[in-house]
Amino acid sequence: MNIFKQNFKRMIEITDLHKSYPVGNRNLHVLKGINFTAQEGELISIMGSSGSGKSTFLNILGILDEGDQGSYTLDGTQIKNLSEKVAANYRNQFLGFIFQSFNLIGYKTALDNVALPLYYQGVGRKERLEKSLFYLEKVGLADWSDHLPNELSGGQKQRVAIARALASEPKVLLADEPTGALDTKTSYEVMDLIQKINEEGKTILIVTHELDIAKMTKRIVHLKDGVIINDERIEPIKALAHV
Amino acid sequence: MFNIERWQEIFEAISKNKLRTFLTGFSVSSGIFILIILLGIAEGLRKGTKKQFERDIPTKISFFGGRTSKSYEGLNPNRQIDFTPKDYQAIIDKFEGEIQYESPLLKRYGAITTYKENNGAYILFGVKPDSQFLNNAYLVSGRFLSQRDYDIKSKVVVLGPRPIQDLFGGDYKGAVGKTVVINDTSYKVVGVYEDEGGERQDTFVYIPHSTFSSLYNSQNKIGRMEFTLNPSDSYDEGLNRLENFGWQIKKYLHKVHKVHPDDNRGIVFRNMFTQGKNIYMMNVGMKFFFWGIGVLTLLSGIVGVSNIMLIIVKERTKEIGIRKALGAQPKSIINMILHEAIFITTISGFLGLFSGLGILQFASPFIETDVILNPSVPFSVAVVTVFLLIIAGAIAGYVPARHAAKIKPIVALRDE
Repeated sequence: MNIFKQNFKRMIEITDLHKSYPVGNRNLHVLKGINFTAQEGELISIMGSSGSGKSTFLNILGILDEGDQGSYTLDGTQIKNLSEKVAANYRNQFLGFIFQSFNLIGYKTALDNVALPLYYQGVGRKERLEKSLFYLEKVGLADWSDHLPNELSGGQKQRVAIARALASEPKVLLADEPTGALDTKTSYEVMDLIQKINEEGKTILIVTHELDIAKMTKRIVHLKDGVIINDERIEPIKALAHV
Repeated sequence: MFNIERWQEIFEAISKNKLRTFLTGFSVSSGIFILIILLGIAEGLRKGTKKQFERDIPTKISFFGGRTSKSYEGLNPNRQIDFTPKDYQAIIDKFEGEIQYESPLLKRYGAITTYKENNGAYILFGVKPDSQFLNNAYLVSGRFLSQRDYDIKSKVVVLGPRPIQDLFGGDYKGAVGKTVVINDTSYKVVGVYEDEGGERQDTFVYIPHSTFSSLYNSQNKIGRMEFTLNPSDSYDEGLNRLENFGWQIKKYLHKVHKVHPDDNRGIVFRNMFTQGKNIYMMNVGMKFFFWGIGVLTLLSGIVGVSNIMLIIVKERTKEIGIRKALGAQPKSIINMILHEAIFITTISGFLGLFSGLGILQFASPFIETDVILNPSVPFSVAVVTVFLLIIAGAIAGYVPARHAAKIKPIVALRDE
């Protein structure tokens, strides 16, 4: 499969992005002019050591933070000077998050966790639960729908989180170290799932510091000291081969 | 405003977090329970002390005739001044609009009173009907002396608790209608009083002033003169009016009885209001004290509820972060926390309120001390208190909820 032959719809377009934080009385320049484009259907890993600015970059991509300078366009929508309300709306519509520590709500069942973004979209209860069950089935956990998170294994929890991220049918999935808390075997299972979702056409960005995980994506972006030092497309390794 | 989806979400959070809900509810209801009990005890204490210190009406003013200390207009000093019915009538005429209660008082110590084989010596008072109010004689059975008794010089008597104990063995109901003999004259008992002021006045025996004066040959003497004025709005105004009234009458009596204007023994007036100032001030102090207790208890309740809300929000920071990352708007976060807080505080608040009121209702008949009398809390006060706490809880929840809603989701999520 050659991504250059896929459609060229630009999902994410970032030009000359700068971001600095005040640290004490100095200004810490974290992102120093990032230019980045992601097409629809890409599976990209963002790598870098801590302090490279990859978390800040992901926060800005996730509309959890805003750059000081430069522009960010998400599926043709300019992301700039958003109110909390609009930002929440865009997050809900455009983005699905997958976290290192899963971040499921402990007192809600797997099904209700998956249904939560739909609740905030204003989807009715019945439709919400139907849709959630569909996505739980997709990640292979339909039988676990009425279990609480603490009754699930780490891999299962992350799969519930992935189902939740998918439930709102976002344009882009953002994963922050999705395998950071999992053992190797489970990591590959989760990556296998992510690859499958990508093959269905979903745009996915993964922040990771593990090279083997990065090699399972189609494109690796290296960040160092706030700039992209390397951006290469690779032939992804199939995670399934390792399971 | 009512959103069934939102309430389903809230009920889920409430029912799935049983321990948290229980702890919140328990601390709110126990807080309100304690508050209600304290308010009840404070109210009981207030009533108790009020009763303890309740004596003669504080606006009472009494005029006494004494012995002159100065010679004046050819009259020798050391002359006994006795007020006459004419003096009395002149005062009544002059201050008719201002006087609330009025009665002369003739007094005789050691009046031997007999009923069957029982007897005792008491203080005999000749008074007019208003004396019931002037002397705080609270009737427990029968009636007080009437105007008719006074007009026709009836031989009727109103007895105090001591004679009832001595003569009738405490049977105050049975005493009414019986005939007692006081200093060889027979009187019919028409009523029994209980003096609100405690034991000080329990040996008084009241007969009509007219009966008294005709029996004891004091036709032209009226004795002590007692009045109260119509109530005033404030202590100071009342005192002013009373002093003014006192001095005017004193001046008038000085003139009538030819007493030297500077003689301060011949005619004396005693102002219960001035005497009562300490008690009055103490009552004011008590009032502030109990207000203080109430306000402080309420305040501690508010602090308690606020504290719980703060902890809840803190505990839920991560959940809030997750919800925000999934697209929850700040408003919906605040709504969620406030709805839950108000719901729990309302339910448990009223639970605490009713159990507190119930305990007070149940326990108050068993409290056998004079200090605390019939502790109770007016229902309206209690409900207002609960609503105050709910509002305070909502405000106390709102501040951290708003803060939490403003936290960047990524920060909340990293907060392990």
